[in-house]
Amino acid sequence: MSNEVIMEIVDVHKCFGPTKALAGVNFTLHQGEIHALCGENGAGKSTLMKVIDGLHQPDSGNIHIKGKKVVINGALEAQKLGIGFVHQEIVLCPDVSVAENINMALTNQSKKWFVNYSEMNKRAKESLKDIAPHINPSARLDSLSISEQQLVEIAKALSLDCDVLILDEPTAALTEAESQALFNIMQALKAKGISIIYISHRMAEVFEQCDRVTVLRDGIWVCTDRIKDTSPDNVVKSMVGRDVGHLYPEKLQEDFANLDVMLEVANLSDGDRFNDIQFKLHQGEIFGVSGLIGAGRSEMVKAICGLHAKTSGEISFKGQPASIKHYSDSINQGIVYLSEDRKEDGVFLDVSIARNISVLKLEQVCNNMKCIDPAAERKQAQKLTDQLKLKSAGMDKPVSSLSGGNQQKVALAKMLSVNPSIIIMDEPTRGIDVGAKVEIHQLIRKLANEGVGVIVISSELPEVVGLCDRVMVMHEGEQQGTLTGDEITEQNIIHLASGLGQKTESVSGTSKKTIIKTKGLEVA
Amino acid sequence: MNHSGTNHSMNVLETAPELSPKRQWLGSFKNMREATLILIIAAIFVTMSFASEYFLTWPNMKAMMLSFATEGIVVVGMTVLIIVGGIDLSVGAVMCLAMVIAGKLFLLGMNPWLASVVSIGSCSFLGYLTGLTVTRIGLHTFIATLALMGIARGLSMIITQGTPLSLFSLPPEFKFIGQGSVFGVPFVIIVFFVVIIISDYMLRNASAFRKVFYTGSNEKAAEYSGINTNRVKLGAIILCSTLAGFAGILYMSKFGAATPNFGVGLELNIIAAAVIGGASLKGGEGSVLGAILGIALLSIVSSSLILLNISVYWQDLIKGMILLMAVSIDQILHNRRSSR
Repeated sequence: MSNEVIMEIVDVHKCFGPTKALAGVNFTLHQGEIHALCGENGAGKSTLMKVIDGLHQPDSGNIHIKGKKVVINGALEAQKLGIGFVHQEIVLCPDVSVAENINMALTNQSKKWFVNYSEMNKRAKESLKDIAPHINPSARLDSLSISEQQLVEIAKALSLDCDVLILDEPTAALTEAESQALFNIMQALKAKGISIIYISHRMAEVFEQCDRVTVLRDGIWVCTDRIKDTSPDNVVKSMVGRDVGHLYPEKLQEDFANLDVMLEVANLSDGDRFNDIQFKLHQGEIFGVSGLIGAGRSEMVKAICGLHAKTSGEISFKGQPASIKHYSDSINQGIVYLSEDRKEDGVFLDVSIARNISVLKLEQVCNNMKCIDPAAERKQAQKLTDQLKLKSAGMDKPVSSLSGGNQQKVALAKMLSVNPSIIIMDEPTRGIDVGAKVEIHQLIRKLANEGVGVIVISSELPEVVGLCDRVMVMHEGEQQGTLTGDEITEQNIIHLASGLGQKTESVSGTSKKTIIKTKGLEVA
Repeated sequence: MNHSGTNHSMNVLETAPELSPKRQWLGSFKNMREATLILIIAAIFVTMSFASEYFLTWPNMKAMMLSFATEGIVVVGMTVLIIVGGIDLSVGAVMCLAMVIAGKLFLLGMNPWLASVVSIGSCSFLGYLTGLTVTRIGLHTFIATLALMGIARGLSMIITQGTPLSLFSLPPEFKFIGQGSVFGVPFVIIVFFVVIIISDYMLRNASAFRKVFYTGSNEKAAEYSGINTNRVKLGAIILCSTLAGFAGILYMSKFGAATPNFGVGLELNIIAAAVIGGASLKGGEGSVLGAILGIALLSIVSSSLILLNISVYWQDLIKGMILLMAVSIDQILHNRRSSR
């Protein structure tokens, strides 16, 4: 590793509306180094990478590449500057061949009238040679597995002869062996003098593969250290280190063991995304389900309420076996699910607030002719939105006219309209501002105190730690353990979520332990 | 002088749910597609009453209404299906098939009323089968109903062997539904009003039809609200085929014949009417009243062109332009609303 600086980012700021995504970030990349970028979800990693890739323009601050100040307008310019980007989600065309995907940029810039397929396939084969020689360049992309697609994505970035390669959680979808192949390639590229920015949540990878690490938190640069001068513990602390205690409502005082069991799940599997899940939900507690994105959390809770197919599993509700075939059965029993993607499937954006709130049980606002009484519908919406302090210009306005936080309150009001016994909330505060966040946290606690059983899924660790009374952690579909009380710390959750706790479980064999002591375990 | 078309529309407006407080009523009226159409139709009425003294006479009004009354019943089904996010290309062929099945059964000696019930039931069943290919296999309604269009037309041809069935021997009480009048008002027009008043009210207020809007607005969110969206889609497709079958029977009674090439291209007129009336092909939007005003507009324009002695060759061109304008204006307003 030479000390020649290839890219330097100086005091970059970027705001989205009132949200400060980046607030004065500095970042230096040396030639031929692998530089890890760490931070929680929402810390600003992706925004910073998008600034480098020209997808976002910084509000202020400079980017220097090889000592020259540059303005990057779009991915094409970034490519010309020698920046290659492998996105976390696969951004390839599923309906065309691997070769066409890999050569997309070249085809785009080509001035020729016809495409030379044999040359294209040859080039693709060349690009795939090191990383994935088993992939046939003429295969259709969607015939490949997700991990193979990820490898194609990496090959595509490499085919552009870049000096700087950005890898955004590349191993999230890869198997062990494929990850190892990728690491070998990274080391080979490094030896060639190519610099790599490596984004990952996995401390083990960061500490094995990288030379330096930069930590971001809340859009602010926290530190940049050489790997040999720091420890996983330090990095995690830097990522997390903030006092969030006072932001969250007081936790449950009673011992959960004394509370009635509302929901008992055993042996729940779907044969794909999660396997053999079991837990109990008590009346009045907030039960967290944590894990990395893609760990099978959402699928698991959706399977409970009939929104996702399961292959096995016993679910009992208030001591009775619950027969839930369709989500409507679940609603009728009083188990409701707040979806993680508000805009996609949580609310009807073009439909009025009142009509959004009444949808779960239209009978409640119907007269005995099964016709909807609009006055009753409005009244129901008014009552619930008043409780949630929703700001709106009227119940007849479409939900799209509201801010993110208020839209989420509509989604919550919809849940509350049926007086549920159990609410399952998937990312209840994603993408909403801090003020509304605090209100929603307080509402969740209030519901629990009133005797509702609450399950919260969140990718935001501080939220899980601050809000939940117990936390179950999943890793790649497997239940890793359940934390209670003082055990609920970000370190312990990260430890379990990254799959490092699996050994603890395998030691305990097949016995169905729900609580695994993880106190005092170090990260990594 | 009689404006029953527009007068009636106003009554339906008053029953619209959101509009019950007076001020709100006026406010929403301005934004409604129906209001625009009423104004356009009114403008044509005023212009035409000066241009032709025959225009505002009861025979002309009656003729205009008769020209869209039966199709208007089919427009109801089409509107519901478009709101749920689908489309039905088979309605013309299904109308024809209903006519042919009932006519053939009658000629084979079946009671004409029973034959009609069997025939409408067959259309519903074909709708059900088509619906299953949409909900179970996942075909788009465009393709599924394109296939049904061919199948229904083919069956009509096979049953009739390509020649029209002459049904002069239909009993007079059966012919009455298509040809008779009550106090000078054709019975078909009465049936038409009954169907659209009930369906407009139901579509606005009935909880079952509300699910149609939810499903069309965002199918996934509807699914995540406990709505069985497949059942809703299936129901809408069956409703559309059933109403087409019903309209076919009305035509059979009216013509006293069953012709295997009846209703070719009719579906496009019906789709155009629903869309002019504000039904969004993206789903989630539309009303029976709007769609009826849409088909009334198309029909009034045709009739006006004839009265103005403009060659019939201009008709399709002008209808095409009306459709293009209505949809473009709607899209522009939509873009403006969403960019706000």
